[in-house]
Amino acid sequence: MISLAGRDILHSWGKFVLTGVGLGLLIGVTLTMAGVYRGMVDDARMLLNNSRADLWVVQQDTQGPYAEASGIRDDVVRTILGLPGVARAANVTYLTMQVRSEAADVRAMVVGFEIGQPGFPGAPGYLVAGRHITRSHYEAVADVKTGFALGQRIRIRRHDYTVVGLTQRMVSSGGDPMVFIPLKDAQEAQFLKDNDAILNDRARNAANPGLNRPGVPGLLEAIQASQASNHNVNAVLVQLRPGFEAEAVAEPIRRWKHLEAFTRAQMEEILVAKLIATSARQIAMFLVILAIVSAAIVAFIIYTMTLSKIREIAVLKLIGTRNRTIAGMILQQALGLGLIGFIVGKVAATFWAPIFPKYVLLEPGDAVRGLVAVVVICALASTLAIRAALKVDPAAAIGG
Amino acid sequence: MNTASRFKLSAPALRRWGLGLLGAMLLLALAFVVMRSGPLAPTRITVHKAENATVSPALFGIGTVEARRAYLIGPTAAGRVLRVVVDVGDRVKAGQLLAEMDPVDIDERVAALDASIARAGSAAVAVQAQRQDALAKKELAAINARRFADLADKNFISAGALEARLQEQTSADAGVSGADANLAAARQDMRRLDAERAGLRQQRNNVRLVAPADGLVISRDAEPGSTVVAGQAVLRLIEPATLWVKVRFDQGRSAGLVAGLHADISLRSNPALPLAGKVARLEAVSDSVTEERVAQVSFDTLPVGLSVGELAEVTVNLPTTAPGLVVSNASVKRQGEKTGVWLADGSGLRFAPLRLGQTGLDGRVQVLQGLQAGDPVVVYSEKELTADSRIKVVDAVAGQKP
Repeated sequence: MISLAGRDILHSWGKFVLTGVGLGLLIGVTLTMAGVYRGMVDDARMLLNNSRADLWVVQQDTQGPYAEASGIRDDVVRTILGLPGVARAANVTYLTMQVRSEAADVRAMVVGFEIGQPGFPGAPGYLVAGRHITRSHYEAVADVKTGFALGQRIRIRRHDYTVVGLTQRMVSSGGDPMVFIPLKDAQEAQFLKDNDAILNDRARNAANPGLNRPGVPGLLEAIQASQASNHNVNAVLVQLRPGFEAEAVAEPIRRWKHLEAFTRAQMEEILVAKLIATSARQIAMFLVILAIVSAAIVAFIIYTMTLSKIREIAVLKLIGTRNRTIAGMILQQALGLGLIGFIVGKVAATFWAPIFPKYVLLEPGDAVRGLVAVVVICALASTLAIRAALKVDPAAAIGG
Repeated sequence: MNTASRFKLSAPALRRWGLGLLGAMLLLALAFVVMRSGPLAPTRITVHKAENATVSPALFGIGTVEARRAYLIGPTAAGRVLRVVVDVGDRVKAGQLLAEMDPVDIDERVAALDASIARAGSAAVAVQAQRQDALAKKELAAINARRFADLADKNFISAGALEARLQEQTSADAGVSGADANLAAARQDMRRLDAERAGLRQQRNNVRLVAPADGLVISRDAEPGSTVVAGQAVLRLIEPATLWVKVRFDQGRSAGLVAGLHADISLRSNPALPLAGKVARLEAVSDSVTEERVAQVSFDTLPVGLSVGELAEVTVNLPTTAPGLVVSNASVKRQGEKTGVWLADGSGLRFAPLRLGQTGLDGRVQVLQGLQAGDPVVVYSEKELTADSRIKVVDAVAGQKP
């Protein structure tokens, strides 16, 4: 049996392939848009994964450290370590800022973590080059997305740091690459003011008669010193002992330590449902519209393709071809077009996804859903075309 | 004609072949894409064979340049600054006058005392004269008494007349004793005034602020006319020859820190030129708030132009360990409660728990137990590894090797 669809495609294969490729690029854009949305959510999840915490302890009545500002004393960690069920706990600071190098400055999230212990919460888990930080000051591990190279000197506030290691996929919820530095340096970077502000503050204190009393030498110096030092961190990351429920450990922290504690599920809820909610919905809305537009375009292409063949179909009818054969030809062509489009789209999306500045995650599940959608849309669109084809009067073959 | 017909005949076949080729290419591209990205894609890793080497552990800390001995020069009692004769940056000798407090009325009180002492001297002379007078009276009274006693023995005079002379003699004796006492009192008075004057002179000297040792003036905290309280600094001195670096080491990485170890000091002003030094003192009390150990590191030779308060990075080299297996700290991972490395032997990934020793600043970690020489240790990976990760061993995942 000869394939009517195959014959027709062979007849005008250039047009068919070009239409398929064009359709494919459209599908590729749709898949990429889905990838952008997935990438945003994945960035948020990655942030939680990379911190390797089971519990986030933050300032009371805040949803920190990612969604809101949170500040707690850095000795809180000792209290937390004494609680039952806590295996490891570590201070951490997060600060999104411009990190300067000789060439340019890069927007990055500077993470201050307690160095030394492998696998401690907050530390970068794996490297792609270099080594972990060994000095307690002025060394950094950077994400490759920052563009920094090993051995490069970067500047964070007033100190220069040497990049000793590179890691990958360590991003903030906003997709900014991370730069890891020792905790004490990060505390300083986060809370130390610039020199002008410090001098102004000193002058202001000295001008205050309450603080600069004539009969009390040393009072002013003590006040200046206390204002220059800082012992705050943004959060304490906690890893639990095996067999302990996160909620069971979090509850006494909330109740008796007067701090807020979030479990992994709650943190994910905060990040995905609150922090990136608006921008993610924005992308999702765009994705929906793009999908509808793509579906409409696919339908129109198939419909017009059939209409352009209306005379040939009339001839077929004239020579007594069965309606089923004609419908099968149109359906097969539509599905073929859809498949070519899907493959071209998937390949194109995979190739251009890494060029995007932010992470684009092409999930296989999305690809499968996209394939099903393409097939269904093609089938539905072909029914329109089939209806038009079947309504054709065989006389049109000779009439027009 | 013949060629044309052959072309016409072969055209559909060509098209069919072309279309088939296109389809095959598309399918190949899809297969490539599916294998290269997504869950089926392997994680790229690098592997390094565990080898024997030594680890040179070192401790790293930061500190500031400080003077071992610093002096606050100020008055012992509240007062006004009269003059300050040295300025910041001046080198001074021990005993040199640096500043003077306003003595207020001390000089006048000394003058008053001088006058009092002169007056006391005059008084003493007067008392001496009175004593002479009393002595003369005593002598006369004694002669009279003796003569009247002779006369009374011969009954030329009445007993009453003798008694009057005897009483005179006793009075004259008492007068001498009184004059003696007066003289002693006058002398004691003079001694008291002398002592008072000496005390005032001491006070006068005390308002002169002098250098306790050879040193360098680092700050001038009060100017003439300003009032300072007891103990408040007018000037600050340091001994520049005693400059050293007060270094803070993270408690968690201060094991092995003892006095006498060699250290490399990098000053903020010239980080490219490390200076030699050694740990001069390890403080017995470490900071419990910042969790830091404090040590003083002295320079072998003092650099020129060193400034107090300058930031310095100090690396203390510990003795090199005996040769043994080492791995990069990039390969050390934690799985649950165990610390170890991933091994990529032919079959796949296997986690090997290790007991680790010291770490060098270059990132090499000593392995005490759990690894054999030549074991293929996973160093870098694109993502977190698990036992069933699909892997692909490459030379480098990103960047260049350190």
